[in-house]
Order: sequence, then C-alpha cells, then structure tokens
Amino acid sequence: METNLKIQDELLLKMYEEMVLCRTLDERIWMLNRQGKAAIMASSQGHEAGQIGSVAALRKGYDQCYIYYRDLAVLLTLGLTPAEIIKGFVAKEGEPLSGARQFPTHGAHPEYGVINLSNVIATHIPQAVGAALTAKMKKEDRVIVAYFGDGASSAGDCHEAMNFAAIHKLPVIFFCENNGYAISVPLSKQMAVDNVAGRAEGYGMPGIEIDGCDIVAVYETTVEAVARARTGLGPTLIEANVERYLPHTSDDDDSIYRSSQEIEEAKKRDPLRLLREQLLERKILNLKEDKYIHESAKEIVNKATEEAENAPYPETTDFFKHVYAE
Amino acid sequence: MAEMLLRDAMSKALREALDEDDRSFLMGEDIGAYGGAYAVTKGFLEKYGEERVRDTPISESVFVGAGVGSAIIGMRPIVEVMTINFTLVAMDQIINHAAKLSYMSNGQMQVPLIIRTVTGGGGQLAATHSQSFENWFASVPGLRVVVPATPYDALGMFRSCRKNNNPIIFAEHALLYRVRGEVPEEYYEIPLGKARIAKPGTDVTLVAYSGMVRVAEEAAAKLGEDNISSEVIDLRCLSPLDLDTVIESVKKTNRVAIVEETWKTGGFSGTIASDIQEAAFDELDGPVIRINGPDVPAPYARNIEQLMIPSSDWVVKSVKYNFGL
Ligand SMILES: Cc1ncc(C[n+]2csc(CCOP(=O)(O)OP(=O)(O)O)c2C)c(N)n1
Ligand SMILES: [Mg+2]
Repeated sequence: METNLKIQDELLLKMYEEMVLCRTLDERIWMLNRQGKAAIMASSQGHEAGQIGSVAALRKGYDQCYIYYRDLAVLLTLGLTPAEIIKGFVAKEGEPLSGARQFPTHGAHPEYGVINLSNVIATHIPQAVGAALTAKMKKEDRVIVAYFGDGASSAGDCHEAMNFAAIHKLPVIFFCENNGYAISVPLSKQMAVDNVAGRAEGYGMPGIEIDGCDIVAVYETTVEAVARARTGLGPTLIEANVERYLPHTSDDDDSIYRSSQEIEEAKKRDPLRLLREQLLERKILNLKEDKYIHESAKEIVNKATEEAENAPYPETTDFFKHVYAE
Repeated sequence: MAEMLLRDAMSKALREALDEDDRSFLMGEDIGAYGGAYAVTKGFLEKYGEERVRDTPISESVFVGAGVGSAIIGMRPIVEVMTINFTLVAMDQIINHAAKLSYMSNGQMQVPLIIRTVTGGGGQLAATHSQSFENWFASVPGLRVVVPATPYDALGMFRSCRKNNNPIIFAEHALLYRVRGEVPEEYYEIPLGKARIAKPGTDVTLVAYSGMVRVAEEAAAKLGEDNISSEVIDLRCLSPLDLDTVIESVKKTNRVAIVEETWKTGGFSGTIASDIQEAAFDELDGPVIRINGPDVPAPYARNIEQLMIPSSDWVVKSVKYNFGL
C-alpha cells in the first residue's frame, strides 16, 4: 500500500496551485468584506491543506462532500470558479449554489457533489450519513465526506451521526478540521480530552489524528479512509489539526481572546509555506515557476472579482420561487 | 436620566442578577472571555469568574437542559442561546420539559429558567440565521415570552423575569442592541403582560413588538404628515398577552393594523387579530390588517432581504389602502 500512496510530484504541484489560488481568493473576499461589498466571510486561511488534500483523494463529481462555511478550498477544488464563488459573497445574479439566496458558500452543486445547506452547526452531519446510507442501499461505491469543525463535534447531531454510521458500516468519512476554537471557546472548554479522533473507538470505527497542515499526510490518510469506505468496511473519523489565521468570521474580533503571538506561532506551520518549501527543496518547483503561479492566481482572482462586481443583482421576483418543489 | 444602549441595559440587568442572587449564573457559547456574541457579557468573566459565567461547547440541548435541571432544584439559571435559530436544537428541552414540568408534576416543580436569545433578521445572514420564533414559543402553554423594544423595557422586564417562577424566553432583537433610550437610575420594574402605548393617537392603532415597534413608530410619523393620527402599541410580552390595552385603543380608533416580522402564516398577528374581532367586533370600521413578512425563507441578497421585512412605507401604504385614508 505504502508505495502506491506516494504522491506523485505532479499531484503535489497541482495541489500547490490550488492552494495558492484559494489563498489569493480568500484574501480577496476578506477585502471585499472590508470594502462593504460582501456581508460576511469565514476565512479558510490555515485550513487549506486539510481541504485540498482530502478532496484530492476523492472521485470528483461522484463522491459527495457535505461541507461547512469554512470550506472554500473544497468548493474551489471541486470545480466552482472564483467568479462563481465571489458572486455568492456579493449576492449577484448567476450565483450557482443558491441563486444568492443562502449565506455565501452555501447551497448545493449536485454535479460537483457538493452540499452545504445549513450553517446551524453540525446539522449537516446526519444528512451526510443519510447519503452514505443511500449509497450503501443502492450498492453504489460512492463515498461521502462530512466536513466540520472541532466545535461541531460537541453537538448531539455529530455524536448521533457517528454512532449510526458505525452501526451500519456506512461509507462516510467524518473529517474534522480542528483549529482549536469554536469562535472564542478554546478546545479545553469544549472537551475534557485532547482530541476528537479518540472518540471513534467508542463508536466502533477508526479515528486518526493528523497534522492538517501537512498535505501529504492528509491525502494519504484520506486515501485509506476512502478505500475502507468504498470496500464496505465502514466509516472513519479523521481529525486534521489545522490553524485559523483570521478571526472566526469578518464579524469577529479575535484579539479579545487570543494573542498575536499565538497567531504568529501558528503561522510557522502555514500549510502554504510548508508545501512551497517542500516543492522547492525537492526541485518540483523553481522560483520562477512559483512566481508565475502566484501571478496567474492573482490574475484569475482579479478577473473573477471584476466579473462578479459587474454582474447584476438578482431579480426580486425570482425569490418567491422554490419555496416548494414544482 | 441616563441614556443607555439596549445592549448596556441588558448587561446591567444581568449584572444585577449575579450581584443580588447567588442562585443565578450564566451559561452559553462565547459568553466568557469573548463577552457574548453581542457583547452583552463583556467583562463578566473577570468580575464573576468561570463558575458563574460558563462558556459552553456548541451543545444547546445540554446547556438548556442543564438549565432546566438546575432550575428545578433551586437555582435561577440564565442561559444564552446565541440566536433564536439555535433554540431549534434544544426544542425538546424547552417545549416538552421546561414548559410542562410544572403541570406534569402537579405543581411540585417549577422551572425558573430564563432563556435569553437573539431574534430577528435584516443582517444578511439568510435563511437559517434570520428567523423570529417568538410566536411559536408564545403558543406553548407554560412558557412566558418577553420581547422588549427599548432599553428601558429590557431592563425593567428582565427584573420582573427574575422574580417569575416560569421558564421565560427573553428575545432580544439583533438590530436593537444599538438602540439608545432613557433608563432611570432609580430602581423600577416593568410587570410582564402590560403593553405600552408608545405613541397615542386617534385614527388607527398600530400593534407591534420587538424590532417592529420602531417600524410602526416610523410609520406613525409618516402617517402623521398626512394628518392621520396613529396610536402605536408595543406589546412587550406575547405571553402573558395584554389584550386589554389593544382593545381600549381599538375602541378609540376603530381601526387596527398589526405589524410582525415573521411569516404571515401562523404569525402571532393572526391570534391577536382573532382576539380583537372576538372582543370588539362592533368597534371595528374594517377588517384587522396583518402586515407580516411573506411566507419565504429569509434570502441573503440585500436587495431582496429588504423586501421581506415589513417597512414603515409598507405599513403606511397598507393602512391608507385598506382603510381608505
Ligand atoms: C447550533 C449552533 N449553535 C451556535 C452557532 C453559532 N456558531 C457559528 S460558528 C460557531 C463555531 C463553530 O466552531 P467550529 O465547529 O470549531 O468551526 P470553525 O468555525 O472553528 O471552523 C458557532 C458557535 C451555530 N451556527 N449553530
Ligand atoms: Mg474550530
């Protein structure tokens, strides 16, 4: 197994490009919020390796991702364009996930296998389990990934979903992006144990804690969990330890509850920098190429911003549609 | 008299509870170091400590349920559910338990639990973060529902809540925290179940509560420009409901419109409208008008969201059209 898990250089490079694009896009959206153009934003900065590394282990468009608000990189790597994503934030016509009805990044794109319906914490996890149950009943080898934060792991819905999935050996991966905080509440006030993964044993499934800033570790762990799920061995809980570099959302002021030193310390494991260093060291990337990657990301995001800003606001009459199925 | 933000009036109310009653304590998400999602408990952790200002995990069912459990055996907990939308994951504790324990135990148990929560929309937070469920709670026997619209009322009614032995939903509107109003230094209380005449008038009665009181007041000012005199009634509580004040007003104006933020179907305005026509049918010059948000989940897009929440122009138009004024 070990050898075919070795990530090929090409894949690593592709993931790096995705990460650069995501970071650039994320920074831009944050700025749009500060300019009063996007009502709210939950940044993915520091979470990207967890998101991109796990999606890379999936069959895109076949497997299904039940994501949460911080999963910008999941959306992007599954196929949404930066312009489509920005339209969600600035609430413009042509926003593909919800038609600008729902919170940014929320809605669904069935073709890409991405669902992000509610931002009531943890409520999507039982639904992910339902999707996994369906895959099993239909004898499809589809894998479902439920993404959620450490905070969500305290919700009843999360416990109930994990127990249910383990009982029925469902093809679902519980992917916890542990950034150590639920808004301001640190891990120590959320749980008496030091990790989420350890709970898996109590449900009867494997639980693996990994460095979520190490994209190779994320990828390899997810590949194994996907293999288990696809072959009927049941669910896996992966806990990826990530960092949240920005406040909880654009409405939050994190200086109230954490020090700037803490953030500086966390930046030492910036997943983007770690991957870049690895690529440079292994000569998969040179400085010139790196510069090009950054420049083209910027160009893509510039164009996307322009397109989104120039798009019209949605038609008011449309908004009464789809309250009920037609 | 000092001017105060509604946020500060709530802080004062909570500080009084902690200072004066050692059976009171707070639980909720981000209420400690953070000082509350709406900054109501800023500085509380330092002053009262972790035992009495307890940050919780994202586990509404347990901290509401624990509040019930603790209230039954003699404490007077105050829990904060970050927004009313998240009461849904604690609904069994509230509806099946908090509301019914007194009755189900033949009066042997009481649940003096205050559930503070933030209600309302208008902040571009979309379908699952912009709702108002006060009307649902008000339909449940055993619960009290308090919906202040001013800093003065928020403090005064909270004081009454602390003396009340029922479970109470105390719903603070997100857009009212920055509203400023006079709050006297001297101690006062506002009894639960006593509506307030926010503005006297003679031609039409506008009934509202929570965030819609301001909308009704604005509408009254606009109607005034056309020499239409409105009486604005702020219900203050949905349970107990002060119907008498509404009926007295209707006897004077013979016309009534009820303004409510939530969906029209099942809205509390329906209950009030029905109560009015039962009690004062002969006093009415026309049907009771209900101005509610349309039956649509709250959209994110600003241009649409604004159309979904009753505005003063909407009230003015509706009053003029329906009453031929
Ligand atoms: C049921 C519920 N309670 C409270 C909230 C408010 N809230 C939004 S995000 C959040 C923290 C979530 O933390 P975590 O799951 O760790 O995700 P992170 O934002 O750190 O990625 C809270 C408490 C909510 N949305 N839903
Ligand atoms: Mg977290």
